[in-house]
Amino acid sequence: MATARRHPGPFVVEVAAIVAIAAFAAGPAVTSAQSLHVGRTPTPAELKAIDIEVTPDGRGLPPGSGTAAAGKDVYTRRCETCHGATGKDGPQDVLVGGQGSLATARPLKTVGSYWPYATTLWDYVNRAMPFDHPSTMTPNEVYATTAYLLFMNGIVGEQDVLDQTTLPQVKMPNRNGFVPDPRPDMPLKKKP
Amino acid sequence: MAPADRSLSPRSRRWFLRLGTLWSAALVACQSKSAAPPSAEPRALGSAVSPYGSRSRFEKTARYFNQNTKVPLEEASSRTPLHDTYGIITPSSLHFERHHSGVPELDPAVHTLTVHGLVDRPLVFTVDELRHLPATSRIHFLECSGNSGGEWRGGSTDSDVQRIHGLTSCSEWTGVPVSMLMRECGVQPRGTWVLAEGADAGKHARSIPMKKIMDDAMVVYAQNGEPLRPEQGYPLRLFLPGWEGNANVKWLRRLKVLDQPAMTREETSKYTDLMPDGTARQFTFDMEPKSLITRPSGGDMLPGAGVYELTGIAWSGRGSIARVEITVDGGATWSAAELQTPVLPRAHTRFRWSWTWDGKDALIASRCTDSTGYTQPPLPDLIKVRGVNSQYHNNGIQAWKVSADGKIANGNRA
Repeated sequence: MATARRHPGPFVVEVAAIVAIAAFAAGPAVTSAQSLHVGRTPTPAELKAIDIEVTPDGRGLPPGSGTAAAGKDVYTRRCETCHGATGKDGPQDVLVGGQGSLATARPLKTVGSYWPYATTLWDYVNRAMPFDHPSTMTPNEVYATTAYLLFMNGIVGEQDVLDQTTLPQVKMPNRNGFVPDPRPDMPLKKKP
Repeated sequence: MAPADRSLSPRSRRWFLRLGTLWSAALVACQSKSAAPPSAEPRALGSAVSPYGSRSRFEKTARYFNQNTKVPLEEASSRTPLHDTYGIITPSSLHFERHHSGVPELDPAVHTLTVHGLVDRPLVFTVDELRHLPATSRIHFLECSGNSGGEWRGGSTDSDVQRIHGLTSCSEWTGVPVSMLMRECGVQPRGTWVLAEGADAGKHARSIPMKKIMDDAMVVYAQNGEPLRPEQGYPLRLFLPGWEGNANVKWLRRLKVLDQPAMTREETSKYTDLMPDGTARQFTFDMEPKSLITRPSGGDMLPGAGVYELTGIAWSGRGSIARVEITVDGGATWSAAELQTPVLPRAHTRFRWSWTWDGKDALIASRCTDSTGYTQPPLPDLIKVRGVNSQYHNNGIQAWKVSADGKIANGNRA
């Protein structure tokens, strides 16, 4: 292909239309032919084991809860070695502070200054932290760690309970700080 | 992998000096016809056939990575020696690396790919099943969005093309179109995004628009004719032609169809481009047109005035390379370079240009134009729009400063 189709939209609509037409023609719940004769249906247990993502609306959050008060202990045991006692002193990623710095010469991107969704913090701590022992914390520990990081950034109170209902409602300071990709942002010349 | 020997770095790149040495040796050989023949070709038998090849022990070029860093090496990157690679294909052993939680060891007899979410028939595919489906092979570059990122704030003058730009490589990738798997599973009308997730320790995850998935995305199991290397995602990776490296999820374990992006850490707080006004660009997937003179380049030493071939690579995440131009006077005048075939979409393209150096100070650079009509901009033009804090997607022109003594250095601040 010589030219990239850059703008999402028409193609997606087209696919959706085709899929919709196919569904109408073939009857309910069948949108395309199964023709490769490969693959098997996953068991519910298999799906549960890998289906870990949490979206901004809170889908994917498991039962459980935690507060910053409880999270301080988890943080000290599991996070402090890499992120420091205050979350500000490393040696790895700085997690606390930086609010108001994004438009300055030395921006500091932290959970408090940059991350747009609290659900992302829960998801990332759950899937990837601690760095050398990921996916070893219980849901309660992840809720508590999330609460403590948000508390250190002044976003929730020390006794606020985070759970399936309250976590997606947390309003992050940089929630509206992201814009879609406008590139190309350099003038285009006539096609060669 | 053995760490790159930094002490070899600049020296090993002085191919001109090496050429000079070889030439002197040849002259000596011609002048001493009566002497015994050179011993470079032994008369004893060589070694026997072997099951898996390796390079000559005389060749030392290696990926570069910074060993004096507080970042764990499981979370680091290593860079392709662009100066010492030829043509357009990067050897798999020298393909750049960027891992987020180390390279997992996955048994292809056990590893599976699950497609689920907003589909009519969630399915688990074995690696064997995928290998038996109708396959496609394509030559494409893969570039880390952070490649060349140090230049935003002004790189080091003694840096070289590998350290500045070595996070791009080009391979032939073989696998199956993801669209084939999606059709098998039956994507529901609300399915507009696909979460791709790896089986590495940190379960690296990115959300990809369904349009790209159905357009040209592949689930890849082979690279340059053999199964993927572990550090490239063995046994399966997602491949998104022309898109930033980290979205090409390695060790792929599942694709989940969603009605929204999952907003993972990688697509919110990590791989987003901060602008001067404090907003950040998100889902900046395409790697824009870029070119580099790879030889001669930073760290090389020209032995004296004369004719030199300037060669390098150009690529575009949005199409094919239409034109590469060279300047040897700091951008005052530009001349067309020769493009070596094949010129393939979203692939490294090799270019060449013959330069007669007069032995004086010179600022040399290349710029490319792709099939969309986009011309690679000077870095200051990019900085004017994006500032110096965006970290990623620097595709600005790379200049090399040639001094009268023949020494070549990073010329971006010259």
